[in-house]
Amino acid sequence: MLQVDTIVESVEEIQTNIFLLKVSAPSIAAEAKPGQFCNVKVNVQKSPLLRRPFSICEVDTDTITFMFNLVGVGTEILSQKKKGDILNIIGPLGNGFNFKGDYKNAIIIAGGIGAAPFPFLLENLGDDKNVFCFVGGRTKDDLILYKMKNIFTSTDDGSEGFSGNVVQLLQSKISEYDKNETKIFACGPTPMLSAISEFSINENIKCEISTESVMACGFGICQGCVIESRKKDGFVLVCKDGPVFNAEDVKL
Amino acid sequence: MSAIDLSIKIGSLELKNPVMLASGTVGYGNEISQFTDLSRIGGIVTKSVSLRPRKGNPPKRIYETSSGMLNAIGLANVGLEEFIKTKIPFLKEIGSTLICNIAASTIEEYVECTKTLDSEDTVKAFEINVSCPNVKDGGLIFGNDVNNVRIITEKVRAVTNKPIIIKLSPNTASIKDFAQAAKDEGADAVSAINTLVGTAFDIYTKKPRIKNITGGLSGPAIKPVALAKVLEISRNVDIPIIGIGGISNWKDAVEFMICGASAIQLGTINFVNPNASTEIIDGIINYCKETSITKISDLVGTYKI
Repeated sequence: MLQVDTIVESVEEIQTNIFLLKVSAPSIAAEAKPGQFCNVKVNVQKSPLLRRPFSICEVDTDTITFMFNLVGVGTEILSQKKKGDILNIIGPLGNGFNFKGDYKNAIIIAGGIGAAPFPFLLENLGDDKNVFCFVGGRTKDDLILYKMKNIFTSTDDGSEGFSGNVVQLLQSKISEYDKNETKIFACGPTPMLSAISEFSINENIKCEISTESVMACGFGICQGCVIESRKKDGFVLVCKDGPVFNAEDVKL
Repeated sequence: MSAIDLSIKIGSLELKNPVMLASGTVGYGNEISQFTDLSRIGGIVTKSVSLRPRKGNPPKRIYETSSGMLNAIGLANVGLEEFIKTKIPFLKEIGSTLICNIAASTIEEYVECTKTLDSEDTVKAFEINVSCPNVKDGGLIFGNDVNNVRIITEKVRAVTNKPIIIKLSPNTASIKDFAQAAKDEGADAVSAINTLVGTAFDIYTKKPRIKNITGGLSGPAIKPVALAKVLEISRNVDIPIIGIGGISNWKDAVEFMICGASAIQLGTINFVNPNASTEIIDGIINYCKETSITKISDLVGTYKI
């Protein structure tokens, strides 16, 4: 992990309120693994004080890209960055997806902005894997399909695809996959991650979830970003022990 | 290197420079060592250690506020035995002065922890946390009662010859009385301040933003309060002060020293800029050159009122 001043290459609104921010950061790009994140200082002022954690969405030789939605003052500032602006970034942080291994079907479960880490993961999944992307949103406008492949969609209001949530959609189709040859990678709102965890544990399917939490430092010193462990009495840190966990290891 | 003498003496504790890292904001040193050269730091105060491990409070533990943050970590730590076994070996090698912060639920626990750690050569001093606002059984229960601070200082003093620093709470009417009590019972210094009790609510769910309901406010937002507390102690009690509270750059550090702090601790800024400590040391050196200070200790308490 490094703390570096990066240079903004581009900020693009790819759909309403969803942005891609690309920065030149060769040293972070060289180390980054799918599922890891960076902690970004959106300005040099004391307000907002804390860094903002973002999944690494894409990596090129010299650049990394983050995907974010407009939710508050930090993302508002980021959305207004211009090419050439400096952004201080700490990264890459945390443990990424454990995507190598002996399975045939990689099932991606993305809820809303939970789509963010998957372009980088999909780029790195070997050709020997069959990829199925289950993408959910509240309405059709909330579906983020950026760089997804072999897509199945769900919306809470039924405005596009399956009417219901993305975990229910997977449940309706799971009989089509050989469970022993399948691994699920999920990222999205906590209730969704909680539901996919219960589902995968009950169905005995390997499942990794990318969690999120409010955090200050992002590298293990503030102890702010805890979630409950299922393996021991106590907590684990999203930033350092995660953000990706085996579904059976944490209680959301 | 510079010809400026940055060394500081706090009672019998000698530091190579006045910049320290505050308890609870650097863990046990290993993570932050990837971002900054710890051998340059004046001193490192470890995360509060208690006799037995504490898992800390349930989430959510932190919430960002205007130029600050609330935290209610709840003194999560590995416990005394694990601290000695697994954390001290790393801390021994970092080339900075190690100060061990001790938290406890009872007066006996403070004494027991101090006594046990007294034999560890790596531990150069103790900072006694009588001011954590986020635990039910201890912390502020002690820190808000001057007689308790008096008794804890006296009892801890009896079991160690190493320097003792009492970390004071700002959540009290007259911090100078607590500093005086610490001095009377033989403490070498006080550190001021710990966090201010605060809270925040979600206006739609009407629930507190952190599970503990209240938390400790830290960051640049509390700097004026911390500075006033340091000044209050400095003007009334003859005891070395370690200034803490919202310091985020070298100018803040110098301001605290002018107001009477012999040394300073960096807290929340470590989360935002883990290299802040070395940047601040460099800034202080430049300030000394600029203002013709040859000995940093000459700056302490030079306020003109």
